Amino acid sequence: MALLEIRNLHVTVEDKPILKGIDLSIDKGEVHAIMGPNGAGKSTLSYIIAGRDGYEVTDGQILFDGKDMLELEPDERARAGLFLAFQYPVEIPGVTNTTFLKTALNSLRKGRGEGELDAMQFLKFVREKARPLGIGDEMLKRAVNVGYSGGEKKRNEILQMAVLEPVLAVLDETDSGLDIDALKIVADGVNALRSPDNATLVITHYQRLLDYIVPDRVHVLADGRIVKSGGKDLALELEAKGYAQFSSAEAA
Amino acid sequence: MAVTPETIDQLRSVTDEKYKYGFVTDIDADVAPKGLSEDIVRFISAKKEEPEWLLDWRLKAYRAWLEMEAPEWAKLNIAPIDYQDAYYYSAPKIGDGPKSLDEVDPKLLETYEKLGIPLKEQEWLAGVAVDAVFDSVSVATTYKARLEQEGIIFCSISEAVKNHPDLVKKYIGSVVPYTDNYFATLNSAVFTDGSFVYIPKGVRSPMELSTYFRINAQNTGQFERTLIIAEEGSYVSYLEGCTAPQRDENQLHAAVVELVALDDAEIKYSTVQNWYPGDENGVGGIYNFVTKRAACRGRNSKVSWTQVETGSAITWKYPSCILQGDNSVGEFYSVAITNNRQQADTGTKMIHLGRNTSSTIISKGISAGRADNTYRGLVRIQPKAEGARNYTQCDSLLIGDKCGAHTVPYIESRNPSAKVEHEATTARISEDQLFYCRQRGISQEEAVSLIVNGFCREVMQHLPMEFAVEAQKLVGISLEGSVG
Repeated sequence: MALLEIRNLHVTVEDKPILKGIDLSIDKGEVHAIMGPNGAGKSTLSYIIAGRDGYEVTDGQILFDGKDMLELEPDERARAGLFLAFQYPVEIPGVTNTTFLKTALNSLRKGRGEGELDAMQFLKFVREKARPLGIGDEMLKRAVNVGYSGGEKKRNEILQMAVLEPVLAVLDETDSGLDIDALKIVADGVNALRSPDNATLVITHYQRLLDYIVPDRVHVLADGRIVKSGGKDLALELEAKGYAQFSSAEAA
Repeated sequence: MAVTPETIDQLRSVTDEKYKYGFVTDIDADVAPKGLSEDIVRFISAKKEEPEWLLDWRLKAYRAWLEMEAPEWAKLNIAPIDYQDAYYYSAPKIGDGPKSLDEVDPKLLETYEKLGIPLKEQEWLAGVAVDAVFDSVSVATTYKARLEQEGIIFCSISEAVKNHPDLVKKYIGSVVPYTDNYFATLNSAVFTDGSFVYIPKGVRSPMELSTYFRINAQNTGQFERTLIIAEEGSYVSYLEGCTAPQRDENQLHAAVVELVALDDAEIKYSTVQNWYPGDENGVGGIYNFVTKRAACRGRNSKVSWTQVETGSAITWKYPSCILQGDNSVGEFYSVAITNNRQQADTGTKMIHLGRNTSSTIISKGISAGRADNTYRGLVRIQPKAEGARNYTQCDSLLIGDKCGAHTVPYIESRNPSAKVEHEATTARISEDQLFYCRQRGISQEEAVSLIVNGFCREVMQHLPMEFAVEAQKLVGISLEGSVG
């Protein structure tokens, strides 16, 4: 059984069809990439997996570990092991990174029937996760994403991922706005978390990120459908030829 | 204070004189008849064995009150209050009189335990001394001996009237005169108990002083009177916490708090108020009309008010500072949360009289459900307040689309050298923030609590540690169900 199984998924936003029959199957231990032009429905796919309001599933299903994911609230999906690295991480004024992460981790641990970490245990744990990402105590004490640079925000997303140890991580345009050094740090962070027990879905416009996070499978999403799937070479082909070949006239 | 046999005897001797005042009271009941009259004022004063001057003061207040009208300027929708349909004195049953905490009615202790009020020895280690007010009579005061060593007086105001009449006479009504306003005047006539604190010259209180108020008996108005005096160079941090059980009838609460800070003295006064706010349809709940005022009389004196208001159906409260001494400092840090049908009209007044006086106001109003939340503040710079400064920041957070947030700042500057700054923001709790939190595994209600606590952080960090934790929990509890 695949870890994530998306079958014939149709999604509308304000009655406008965005996803028009997606099929996707990801096994544990795999990294998949979804590439596509702007407006193809990439972010919609990540939001519908995470359970954001405002999207209507008109047909199809999403199974996570064999369970109907669409029945679950966003926080229940997170507790089941889903993580979404946001394209635009959200600012939460007055809430320190440490408080936020500790609250999140302890929610997940409670969901798994594990004891909560106290402040000291958590601090030790989070520092270990933060060091490789170049995140020091100063950044841990700052309010979540407030006043962060683009690169800091993305590194912070990867820190959250490292702390929460998801079974399936969806990275939504994690490379956008990153310079090459930041991109490497982020990619190293993601690669360090790869294991036979988890899977990653990388959503991106550019091939660049896939030089560093090498996918097992690449899918092309255009106009709400997966129009082509292949190995990692498909990404290089797209880089060379562009998306025009897949786009319908009105979407181009 | 522990209720002593002497107290019982005193009560007996007073109640034996019942006929003198022209009405009959059930001796065991320790409840004055319903309603308000000069006889009731005399009854309360007699019960408390007060000196003549205090009875006179109460009667003057009562007569003044008869001539006054309830204020209507606040943005509050209040049903008319029938002051004759309430009890103005009730004491808990005290039986044979407990000699120590062990002998206090276990039911009382149980209630306090539920409220998390520390009465036992281990709380001594936590550094908190408690003067618990159950309805109108102080039931227990702990750690008095430790404070006495420092010369600190911390007792009920009734005790202070008996044991320290000169201090009480000198300061009571000196900050909030009995003619001050409708509710303060009512309080002056019928106040039943409250706390008294006196910090001698140069003494720093070795612990946080704490009073938990509790409203219990049905239909009992609560009229506490608190008086804190900080002598030259002294320091005290005072915590006031309030809870009340659920009930259906509105209860009136009109407290008066007076603070006096002399040269180089500092008073930090923190409140967490979570009285019953009424149900989601606005039925029941406490009416809270409080007059809190501090006189920074001395040079370099400082008073800091920190309040977290989550309870009451109606809150009418403006803790203020009169900055009389040169270089004196006034601070007001406030979180006011209203949910369902709650209404809060709260803020502060900073009256700058002395030179180089400065004040800071940070107000965070959170409104959810169909609630209305108003910040109302006055910053007044008088002509002699050379170099006075004020900084005011009022932030409002809205949850949902049926609530209201209002900011009504009044600024009056009569000295050209004064600097007054005012900033105000209004924001909505965003879907993006909620979704972000929930995607990390945090439940909807926990997410609201987290975001709101973040919004309030600048205020919360001014609360003493042990209070801050309780306050953070309260924020979450009071907003339960506010996001659908």
